Amino acid sequence: MKYEMNCGLETHVELATETKIFCSCTTRFGGAPNTHCCPICTGQPGVLPFLNKKATEFAVRAGLAVGCKVNTVTHMDRKNYCYPDLPKAYQISQLDKPLSYGGFIELDSGKKIGITRIHIEEDAGKLVHERGNTFVDYNRGGVPLIEIVSEPDISSAAEAREYAEKLQLIMRYIGVSDCKMQEGSMRCDVNVSLCPAGSGKLGVRTEIKNMNSLSFMEKAIEYECERQAEILDEGGVIEQATLRFDEHTGETYVMRTKEDAQDYRYFPEPDILTVIIPEETVERIKSELPELPFDKMRRYTDELGINAKNARLMCRYKNLCLWFESALSYGASVKHSVNLITGVIFSFLSTEENKEKFDLNLTAAEFAKLVKYLDEGKITVSVAQSALLQMLQSGKCVNEFITEDVLLGTSDGELEKICQDAIAANPQAVADYVGGKEKAIFALYGFIKRATQGKADMNKVNNILSELLNK
Amino acid sequence: MKSVIGELSALLKSRKISSVELTKKYISEIEKKNGNLNAYVHLTFDEALKNAENADKLIKEGKGTPLTGIPMTLKDNICTDGILTTCCSKILEGHRPCYDATVWKRLKQCGAVLLGKTNMDEFAMGSASETSCYGAPKNPVDVMRVAGGSSGGGAAAVKAGLAAYALGSDTGGSVRQPAAFCGTVGFKPTYGAISRYGLIAYASSFDQIGILSAGVEDAAEIYNAVCGADEYDMTCCPRNMPEIKPEVDVKGLKIGIAEEFYKGLDSEIRAAVDRAVAVYEKAGAEIMLVKLPSLEYVLPVYYILACAEASSNLGRYDGIRYGSRAENYSGVDEMITITRSQGFGKEVQKRIMLGTYVLSGGYSDAYYKKARVLREHIKAEFNSVFGLCDVLLAPTVPQTAFPLGYSGGNPIETYLSDICTVPANIAGLPAVSVPCGVDGKGLPIGLQIIGDRFNESAVLSAALFAEKSGICDIDGGVL
Repeated sequence: MKYEMNCGLETHVELATETKIFCSCTTRFGGAPNTHCCPICTGQPGVLPFLNKKATEFAVRAGLAVGCKVNTVTHMDRKNYCYPDLPKAYQISQLDKPLSYGGFIELDSGKKIGITRIHIEEDAGKLVHERGNTFVDYNRGGVPLIEIVSEPDISSAAEAREYAEKLQLIMRYIGVSDCKMQEGSMRCDVNVSLCPAGSGKLGVRTEIKNMNSLSFMEKAIEYECERQAEILDEGGVIEQATLRFDEHTGETYVMRTKEDAQDYRYFPEPDILTVIIPEETVERIKSELPELPFDKMRRYTDELGINAKNARLMCRYKNLCLWFESALSYGASVKHSVNLITGVIFSFLSTEENKEKFDLNLTAAEFAKLVKYLDEGKITVSVAQSALLQMLQSGKCVNEFITEDVLLGTSDGELEKICQDAIAANPQAVADYVGGKEKAIFALYGFIKRATQGKADMNKVNNILSELLNK
Repeated sequence: MKSVIGELSALLKSRKISSVELTKKYISEIEKKNGNLNAYVHLTFDEALKNAENADKLIKEGKGTPLTGIPMTLKDNICTDGILTTCCSKILEGHRPCYDATVWKRLKQCGAVLLGKTNMDEFAMGSASETSCYGAPKNPVDVMRVAGGSSGGGAAAVKAGLAAYALGSDTGGSVRQPAAFCGTVGFKPTYGAISRYGLIAYASSFDQIGILSAGVEDAAEIYNAVCGADEYDMTCCPRNMPEIKPEVDVKGLKIGIAEEFYKGLDSEIRAAVDRAVAVYEKAGAEIMLVKLPSLEYVLPVYYILACAEASSNLGRYDGIRYGSRAENYSGVDEMITITRSQGFGKEVQKRIMLGTYVLSGGYSDAYYKKARVLREHIKAEFNSVFGLCDVLLAPTVPQTAFPLGYSGGNPIETYLSDICTVPANIAGLPAVSVPCGVDGKGLPIGLQIIGDRFNESAVLSAALFAEKSGICDIDGGVL
């Protein structure tokens, strides 16, 4: 490749506070248009903002989780622009002193993507185009946002995706946002520039606005990269511009160029005096940070011996991990728990959303009881699997399904007797098996399963049979 | 000068008159005189009578305060739930807010009686209330002259006895200057002493709700009722204020005189202020000369910063959510452009343009940021001066009320006339204007007393002395 790509992401994340950033309206998604509104978030004449402390604390938490430093004394700024979804004609944001700065996210490759800054601001409302008219819905107006700005350290579409996924996961873990791209609680603007390979100089960048899905983001970056390369190949120059990605055509289009770039006329917000976050608060937030996903993953593989694939799979869902760890504390084994979770529970929950919520009808304690039957060899894996599925479906406890008739009551002596019977009843199969047809042993398995009503521990059966047949 | 509130409150308490009767008297005065004075732009007589009935009940139950049942008025930029609040601008034509300003909420709880909303310069931008879309209010002392601005309607109403008191707003002198022109008390407390929630913003870091009253004790009474912490205003002082009880004794009071306030002063005004200073001195106050050299910069600093904030604050009037909207347009951009071009008057448009300019990329460093640095400098200078003295005495305005129509033709001269009032807004200081005599035409002259931040007590005590010692020899408006 003749060119190297430098890509940076500006990620907007809606904070999961109960109330808006400058008033006490709910931040709940949806609702009939303009029902989650008050004089303040609709910018009625005469109102003033009062800053939601929780929002600043969430933003600090987000910063600390990605290794940022915190500006303990800062202020808000006004970003002035006129658009019908912005009721005050300015957005209260932060310009020169973000709440936190200087962190990073580490990719699987070990490469670190720098995080320049994280600042807080308010979301705008939404325009709704219907029946040839345009309406405006201010429900979203005033929902607290953080904007996470990365360094232009990203060098491929895949890295951009991985960065965004990791960021999403961390934000979900620490509980500051649900980061649902389809609901707009996480949105990315992407800056892309090319430079001759090895030159180390940043080229002219274009910005693709408002990506609301990771796969579209990947496509947009790839498309934009090719587009810029073609221009450079032909000896052209890249024009600094803001672009829009069309999901249907898969192409980017110019929204505005540098000439008509907006002048936001930033100035310090006079209605909010200094924002102070006491050192003690920063320390408290730091101490309250949960184990972060990548630390957890490392612990799962290194300490619990879970394979990397399953560890990664499980660590994507914080609630699941909490539940799993609780089951372990009730004495369930790691191995059987993980197998049942990744096998039965994942397929039961099926959707991403359900796995994320992990709202089960089954307590970790009850799950642990079931796992322990398995750990102690009292039931077979298939019994455990079907019992688990029934427990998930019915919400009933383990005793309802692990009854006398599924317990492996068969003693080792009895089992040996049954195996002998099987050999005696299937001389042809035995002969074939001894003669080298390994598959012939299935006839014996079938006999034993019937005789034990499927409750036999097939591992034991195998051991007994091979002992008897090799005599 | 008298305490109108004290007098009326005594009558109400002793049940010599009911609030409803009192309110009806004020209503009939307004009906008689407002046509000529144009002090009120929206009348709320039904609301007033309702308030009065409620007040009578409170008094009967012994739950009255000194403000219960007293008829008053609010400037047209203080929000009242369901009652017209238009900033005397066409762009807010017909606007009825959906909430009460904190000050009005607090006064309503005390049983105040709202007679109406008073005239003002459009969005409080002006010194004569002549930029009002309803036409200028007239000075009750001489109806050929302006009542001052921007709270001109409130000052005229108080002076003419059309309200016992008025709340106004003071961004660069808008309460003190009309008080000086009409001969009433005009009190602007410390920035942050009274909640701004519900005051429609002109320049947020300067705006302060202020009081127009006939006497100093009235001003203290009203101040005590509306001041203090408000969870809806982060710039408001988080503490509850101690109750102010002004005292007449000025013995040992250190009074600073800064020559910078006296530059280019009309000789009659100079004489009146000097005469007042002599009375303080005679009563035992200590007079000292202090220096405030940076006062030279207050007007550019004020006009740059106030217009910058205004350009942002007034961006929301786009015809989409409230107020008036253009009738013929194609597309939302044109709708906003036409709405704003038709809805805002010339002075407001001028200040929005000036403010937009000083904030734009490439100019912000030279204007806006430099002005902010100077503002800090001016504040620091006042800080050191208040290390030496308790209050400053100065004229309120370098001239007396000018003829109607004059300010429009002399915009720069009008801007310059804010020179004595603007410093208190730049530094967020409490300041009061009290009458201190009249000029040769019989027009009132204002004496200004400026104090250190949150030293309302010193300012109002010095003002009360002026009242009791006869410095203010003009009668307040009493029925």
